[in-house]
Amino acid sequence: MAKAELMDFDKALELFEPVLGFEVHVELSTQTKMFSDAPNPAFGGHEITEPNTAITPVCLGLPGSLPVVNETAVRYSISLGLALGCQIAPTSRFARKNYFYPDLAKNYQISQYDEPIAFEGMLEVELEDGTLVQVPIERAHMEEDAGKLTHVGGSTGRIQGAEYSLVDYNRAGVPLVEIVTKPIYGAEHRAPELAKAYVSTIRDIVRALGISEARMERGNLRCDANVSLRPRGQAALGTRTETKNVNSLRSVERAVRYEIQRQAAILAKGGTITQETRHWHEDTGATSPGRPKSDADDYRYFPEPDLLPVAPTPQLIAELRVALPEAPAARRRRLKEEWGFSDLEFRDVVNSGLLVEVTDTVAAGASPQQARKWWTGEIARIANAQNAEPAALISPAHVAEIVALVESGSLNDRLARQVVEGVIAGEGSPADVVSARGLEVVSDDGALIAAVDAALAQQPDVLEKIRDGKVQAAGAVIGAVMKAMGGKADAARVRELVLERAAQ
Amino acid sequence: MSAADLTRTTAADLAHRLSTGEVSSVEVTQAHLDRIAAVDGDVHAFLHVSENALETARQVDADRAAGVALPELAGVPIAIKDVLCTIDMPSTSGSKILEGWIPPYDATVVARLRAARMVPLGKTNMDEFAMGSSTEHSAYGPTKNPWDLERIPGGSGGGSAAAVAAFEAPVALGSDTGGSIRQPGAVTGTVGVKPTYGGVSRYGAIALASSLDQVGPVSRTVLDAALVHDVIGGHDPRDATSIPDQWPSMAEAARRGLTGDVLKGIRVGVVKELEGEGFQSGVKQRYHETLDLLAAAGAEIVEVSCPHFEYAVAAYYLILPAEASSNLAKFDSVRFGMRANVTGTVEDVMAATREAGFGPEVKRRIILGTYALSAGYYDAYYGSAQKVRTLIQQDFDAAFEKADILVSPSAPTTAFKFGEKLEDPLAMYLNDVTTIPANLAGVPGMGLPMGLAPEDGLPTGLQLMAPARHDARLYEAGAAIEQLLEGNWGHSLWSQAPELGANGLATALGSNGGAR
Repeated sequence: MAKAELMDFDKALELFEPVLGFEVHVELSTQTKMFSDAPNPAFGGHEITEPNTAITPVCLGLPGSLPVVNETAVRYSISLGLALGCQIAPTSRFARKNYFYPDLAKNYQISQYDEPIAFEGMLEVELEDGTLVQVPIERAHMEEDAGKLTHVGGSTGRIQGAEYSLVDYNRAGVPLVEIVTKPIYGAEHRAPELAKAYVSTIRDIVRALGISEARMERGNLRCDANVSLRPRGQAALGTRTETKNVNSLRSVERAVRYEIQRQAAILAKGGTITQETRHWHEDTGATSPGRPKSDADDYRYFPEPDLLPVAPTPQLIAELRVALPEAPAARRRRLKEEWGFSDLEFRDVVNSGLLVEVTDTVAAGASPQQARKWWTGEIARIANAQNAEPAALISPAHVAEIVALVESGSLNDRLARQVVEGVIAGEGSPADVVSARGLEVVSDDGALIAAVDAALAQQPDVLEKIRDGKVQAAGAVIGAVMKAMGGKADAARVRELVLERAAQ
Repeated sequence: MSAADLTRTTAADLAHRLSTGEVSSVEVTQAHLDRIAAVDGDVHAFLHVSENALETARQVDADRAAGVALPELAGVPIAIKDVLCTIDMPSTSGSKILEGWIPPYDATVVARLRAARMVPLGKTNMDEFAMGSSTEHSAYGPTKNPWDLERIPGGSGGGSAAAVAAFEAPVALGSDTGGSIRQPGAVTGTVGVKPTYGGVSRYGAIALASSLDQVGPVSRTVLDAALVHDVIGGHDPRDATSIPDQWPSMAEAARRGLTGDVLKGIRVGVVKELEGEGFQSGVKQRYHETLDLLAAAGAEIVEVSCPHFEYAVAAYYLILPAEASSNLAKFDSVRFGMRANVTGTVEDVMAATREAGFGPEVKRRIILGTYALSAGYYDAYYGSAQKVRTLIQQDFDAAFEKADILVSPSAPTTAFKFGEKLEDPLAMYLNDVTTIPANLAGVPGMGLPMGLAPEDGLPTGLQLMAPARHDARLYEAGAAIEQLLEGNWGHSLWSQAPELGANGLATALGSNGGAR
């Protein structure tokens, strides 16, 4: 649908109530795959680039091969279920989801159906202004990922019109947890924002648990967004679409907004929404129809006879519960208080996605305000200019080291900025950059006093004013001294000396 | 010993002669290869004869000469059902769709045979994907029953049973999903065991119905089956349904049965539902004579009722096709096996391959299973069948309160003629009425020769069943019953098998030979 045909967002919300639902797939970062001992490409330490190299007979579904459940994946799934506030099933079961597709080695996917490992949860999601929304979780279940198809020939890169397709089974069998929400009502104007915040919260959780690399651009975290509209006052739910291929937080927000506007435009003209999967296109900012989907899709689920039911002991569940990290919303409340940040300051950090970096910098010894100032200031500025993630440019430990140099007086802000720039440029640690570039503040009073005396002698009028008590006049002399010292002086010390020498 | 004598003895005897140096593995292996060359044109038990057998035997002989400590069955040849993956031989499961496919790995049981230094002779014929009771559904032509080449050798493991009955191999591996080891054993006069579900690894066994399949031994004596069971059994971390327990030695149990007085006081449960209508008179006659012998030997014969066995075949033919329809979905030409030479979409190629690659019985069961799992039918079919399965397990539990072992005929009839039941799948399915309950409940079952039926002179079989994990009890009682019966006959049943080959019955019967 062309941009012009979309209904204005506010108008759409006036006429319709949006109802949301999300299916988020999380790739677990176990060392081996869900059901085989093949290396897991979603494990952080594995760099697997050649197609079909991280495979075993099990990944290829060769005749006679059998799946065996990865225990670590089960533990990770339980932890995630607990973090989502879910109940953990004393006994859950794998099931076969049967359908033919060339990326599915066995032509069935081992998943969980009517007996998922985690169910009935509630996740607290914080919007940008601090509003808390409770998102009801229906279930979180374990399954295996499929392989990857590359369609060659044809113009679209899609299966339609392709000359042939290549299959890479490296991803086949990567452990997944699929988190399914219940319908989410009442988000109203904030539906797009909630969508982004929900996925962001899941990302924070799996990172804090250390169970996934959670890099959306790599597909470690994938969101399918379900959107339906119903006319104001109508009880029955409208027909939903499921938008797939949404690979960034920003896209999640945009895709939901787009679908609301698109569906509203159709419904307002008396049209009907087709129940289907849709694909999100980052470049055009629009969705396009995928395959039609109906509730009657028959996957002929039945319990996977090659695997025993998963029956975690109560002790294991209790252990994992105790080991859970703090929930993201609670953690944010605690940090804001501990750091003494204003609402604005704290939101600035959170919305810049720098909470982890600031936390780590504080943990490395920096004061919270200094950590915030550097990350949201100079580092964010450089990142923005380089179109990079701040975290990828410099480590929290180095930022803390720079802060310490400033606070000890070894660096002033201007020099510190140069050190940041040097570290980002790959010149080594802050100490390396300081010594290589010779950036240390001159703290030898002898040299400073000589410079101060010289400056005062050149500006006798200023000297007079200072002696008359007009202390602010000292600025001119300080500037001259700093210039004479090539900037490598501690401005505070210069100021002290100017006042001292002027008084003599 | 002459070459003929080397094929007409037991694995236990061969193992002993090999260990004393009286014979070499090369001699034993060559004798069996010669026998295969002589008779398999008629019997067609083998789909593939190994090119490595003699070299494997030579290595065993060399190690023995060098004083290397070797396992008990080292140097003894063995035939392997084609359902099992072998890294050095094609593994087709009797299907065109896997013609020529050589797996990149060995099934766990095959790896264990090799570790035990046994000598794989080749791969044996079977009904396609183990679906059948006659080998008539093999894509490579049927195997003939060595007792009468116009009759079926049973199925699906007719190839392994016939190979052992025709002295082409002393022992073999089979797989049993609803009787595919025990029913061929009955009609060929051989011994076969379906172990407790989870007792033997399924890794590398091309799946038919995952919750029912078990790999097991085929032999001419109970002790030989036990020796092979000890080699292949035990926990395998690659099979999640494999039981992690330590198992007692089955060979020791069999030897106890041969030397001790184990039948005295044993409670033998006669399953009321597994005789009567549909059972051939000669089968019933030999069965009751056996029960009388057992009573005379001091066994306590008790009648037990398993009322839900009546529904076993019906439940089995829902569960099996359901699981098979899913297990066989992988045969789509994308990653391995046959690919139909058509152009079009990937769906077109998949469909054409499956149309050309699967035989009619496989297609029948895939359609049945797909239907049984469909939305709206699942509860009525698959769901109900699983409930029947639970009831059958409860029947077994109750029966084993009253009896130490349960008995029945292994099969309701002796070997039928080719084509007799091919057009009537239901009649074919009913041939497994006696063996299916053990698979549904996961309990172990053994078939052993019970004499020749008077009316046709063909072998009949006795089935023993024990509670899950009590396979050793089958070997102990089975060896004792075998000894009791042979004592009564004055010879073993297998020693009465007809001669085959140039001077044998096959020529006399005017067989058209191997249909390879």
